[in-house]
Amino acid sequence: MLGPVRGRGPAVRGPRPPVRPLGPATRKRLVPYWLLLPGMLWLLVFFAAPLVYQASTSLQTGSLEEGFRVTWHFSTYADALARYSPQFLRSVGYAAAATALCLVLGYPLAYLIAFKAGRWRNVLMVLVIAPFFTSFLIRTLAWKTILADRGPVVSALGSLHVLDVTSGLGITEGDRVLATPLAVVCGLTYNFLPFMILPLYSSLERVDGRLHEAAADLYARPATIFRKVTLPLSMPGVVAGTLLTFIPAAGDYVNAELLGSTDQKMIGNVIQSQFLRVLDYPTAAALSFLLMAAILAMVTLYLRTSGTEELL
Amino acid sequence: MTESFGGDVRLTGISKTYGAFTAVHPLQLDIPAGSFFALLGASGCGKTTTLRMIAGLEEPTTGTVSLAGRDVTALPAHKRPVNTVFQNYALFPHLDIYENVAFGLRRRGIRSVKQRVGDMLDLVQLGDHARRRPHQLSGGQQQRVALARALVNRPQVLLLDEPLGALDLKLRRRMQLELKRIQTEVGITFVHVTHDQEEVMTMADTVAVMNGGCVEQLGAPADLYENPGTVFVADFLGTSNLIAAEVAEVVESAGLVEVAEHVEADRSSRAGGDLVLTAAGGAKLTLPAARCRASARTGRKVLAGVRPEKISLAHAADAAAIPAGRNRLTGRIADSSFTGVSTQYVIDSPAAAGLVVYEQNIERNTRLRPGAEVVLHWNPAHTFGLDADQAREAKAEAARRSGPSGAGN
Amino acid sequence: MRAPWRWLRRNLVVVAGLATLGYLTLPNAVVLLFSFNDPDGRFNYTWQRFSTDAWTDPCGVADLCGSLGLSLRIALWATLGATVLGTMTAFALARHRFRARTAVNSLIFLPMAMPEIVMAASLATLFLNMGVRFGFWTILIAHIMFCLSFVITAVKARVLSMDPRLEQAARDLYASPPQTFLRVTLPIAAPGIAAGALLSFALSFDDFIITNFNAGSTVTFPMYVWGSAQRGTPVQINVIGTAMFLVAVGCVLAARVAGGRRTRNKARRSSRRRS
Repeated sequence: MLGPVRGRGPAVRGPRPPVRPLGPATRKRLVPYWLLLPGMLWLLVFFAAPLVYQASTSLQTGSLEEGFRVTWHFSTYADALARYSPQFLRSVGYAAAATALCLVLGYPLAYLIAFKAGRWRNVLMVLVIAPFFTSFLIRTLAWKTILADRGPVVSALGSLHVLDVTSGLGITEGDRVLATPLAVVCGLTYNFLPFMILPLYSSLERVDGRLHEAAADLYARPATIFRKVTLPLSMPGVVAGTLLTFIPAAGDYVNAELLGSTDQKMIGNVIQSQFLRVLDYPTAAALSFLLMAAILAMVTLYLRTSGTEELL
Repeated sequence: MTESFGGDVRLTGISKTYGAFTAVHPLQLDIPAGSFFALLGASGCGKTTTLRMIAGLEEPTTGTVSLAGRDVTALPAHKRPVNTVFQNYALFPHLDIYENVAFGLRRRGIRSVKQRVGDMLDLVQLGDHARRRPHQLSGGQQQRVALARALVNRPQVLLLDEPLGALDLKLRRRMQLELKRIQTEVGITFVHVTHDQEEVMTMADTVAVMNGGCVEQLGAPADLYENPGTVFVADFLGTSNLIAAEVAEVVESAGLVEVAEHVEADRSSRAGGDLVLTAAGGAKLTLPAARCRASARTGRKVLAGVRPEKISLAHAADAAAIPAGRNRLTGRIADSSFTGVSTQYVIDSPAAAGLVVYEQNIERNTRLRPGAEVVLHWNPAHTFGLDADQAREAKAEAARRSGPSGAGN
Repeated sequence: MRAPWRWLRRNLVVVAGLATLGYLTLPNAVVLLFSFNDPDGRFNYTWQRFSTDAWTDPCGVADLCGSLGLSLRIALWATLGATVLGTMTAFALARHRFRARTAVNSLIFLPMAMPEIVMAASLATLFLNMGVRFGFWTILIAHIMFCLSFVITAVKARVLSMDPRLEQAARDLYASPPQTFLRVTLPIAAPGIAAGALLSFALSFDDFIITNFNAGSTVTFPMYVWGSAQRGTPVQINVIGTAMFLVAVGCVLAARVAGGRRTRNKARRSSRRRS
């Protein structure tokens, strides 16, 4: 691109013709835009435009045979909300529970890898990432085996009377775990745990171990060190991890489908069946638009309150 | 392509502005071929910008750069017969030492790469590290690779941007001598940017002291040290005691003071006579008129300066033993600290507070303790005079400049 | 009685961390174990008896290996596309200033912050209304779309962390701008590009939700597994899942062993030289 101009360019220094529409300098200034163009165009056409298009679809009426037309039919939203609010709330609830569990389970492991693993650090990292290489659907199906009705896990939980407690709380039913809220949350937690551990690890890894010594030197007990030094410094990881867990979990329908029953359907299941089975595109579009709006609102609110807006 | 003989560098009216900020004011510099030239100044004084304009990494706002008589202002960096040793070296992390050194030769399509890289690595004593990666070397070794990578191209001018800044003190001292040796050996023009005055003293033939984008003073290091022209130079190059005084009278040269060898040149001009100054507290000081930057008028305010190591200390009780004809000040020792080779005293005098004196530790006088009354005396020929008004202006200027934005620097 | 408690309290982090690790790896162990199962009936959920039948005949089920091949093909092309486009974008963003910087950054960030199902449904709506035939191309377009942001982020981080003096040094050493890019910038950015490419491959190969909406009647490997959860899960699924896991871990270990040997050899060579 610069080839033919290069030999000439340097010599031009003295008085030059005042107007030169596409001189080497102009051409050079356009280079970054040419680099940017294909990628941005791709995202505009296949990501942004569909979102706009979907917004218009949600306001259409019609049927597959007659075709759909935009009729500014806002009642699709009202109907969808009225009919599917349980699934909506369930999605938010399950995703929140899974995110909290991921944080509780993931933090010790990230901490262990960052500060205590020593020469095992790389081995542990491989063990965290390696399960990814088996398709997540196969691994989710494995939970069907692990949580099977008369399997060792459920039997052990039953004989320890854990299931009595959880049934009392309404997250399991009788002596079953499969096809209950617990199984779905368990599956969501499992599937998105690495998305929590990796950002946590990368922010903990940056914490200088000497800060712990400095805090200890300044009379802080181990618990205080964690509360006053480690945790605040790992907040970027916590925020990133919770977002990376919550967002996909709220839109997920695989876990509810494979590990839950009809009583555990999430909003993703509804959108999927409206779109792929019922072929009611306006409702599917309205629901996914609502999901997007709800998640963006929650994420913005979360980032505001946690004071880490620069992530956006 | 280029001979290993250096070319001269000529900067004509060169300046650089970024928006409203002027990094370098129009500058005139002639760097003779084969010399070791240093640009000395604090960070942000424009010395690195000047260097980068010579390298072609920065385009000057005005003015021209010529190398060996050829105007290269419009040449891009990769076409200039100039090479740079970068701050923190900028060694290519993905290439081994050999390939780092060979980089420039390969770009120019030179055939005898193997021979020249091998010779160069031997010169910097890294011949058996050729296949290592930069991060496997120590700081000193990386520094030598950076030097080899630049020198192997036999540039007309070698530019060094704080090349020793990242090394520890001992290594820095050794590399200073090493660099000087290599420069003498290859005869290339070296332009060296640094904030370390000791580096300049050891290596440079000529120094330009820069401040606020301007050259404050230019000359051989010893000249600059013995006869600084501005308060900035006096303070930046070593330590100076500056005593506010007023010219009381102009007299014929007394001619009885012995003159140190390095100010020999001044002897002839001593014909210009001496200035007798009065400082606060009534002390009288003699200053050779030729060593005074201010005009020698009676009543003129000047700053009389003297270097700490030129001053001798005597206990007040021994004041009678001090030879006649020397400048004297009385004072009291406020503080003393032992630094091995010498002892550093801080003395409060009626003429000026906080005067610094270095006494060599040959025979330590136990009576020179904090609180002791002492007499400071020195050869009047070692006194230099600065213009007090100009100094005040410079101070105001510096304060104005560092006022709004200078806090971070 | 109090000693074990004290031990537990001191090692609480280690115990909890290892428990989490167990939780993470348990399903893989189950997948491995059940790849040797010989189930009665169509579903491979309960252990019956040991058998290596599935391992000796991994393609023994109709369409399974075909879907696997399709997934690999799509993942390769999607990786290539996303890596090329993403690297170009990342360089432009890391090196130059733009007017619409915020808008561009949001356009890159949003796909990563959007639930997959929203992107899936909206893109499928677009294709549907444009009358595009669903299949290989629609899947590929969708995969490049959601991989792009990850590549851009990885490469941009690498380019931004690169010392600008390295490129200046190259120019100072007689490298023209194209040579500087090829000999210095690109090799140094390579780890970032490789990371982005690997991530793209993994994301594309394992993607289900977006593919499910945009595949039409084309069946990728994850879609095959999804379908089998309804129709009956052949043991061969576990075989392929385990094989993928082992190949990946094997690659990581091989890379580590090779890297370890190289550094050891170097250390040995240099110590010999010193003595």
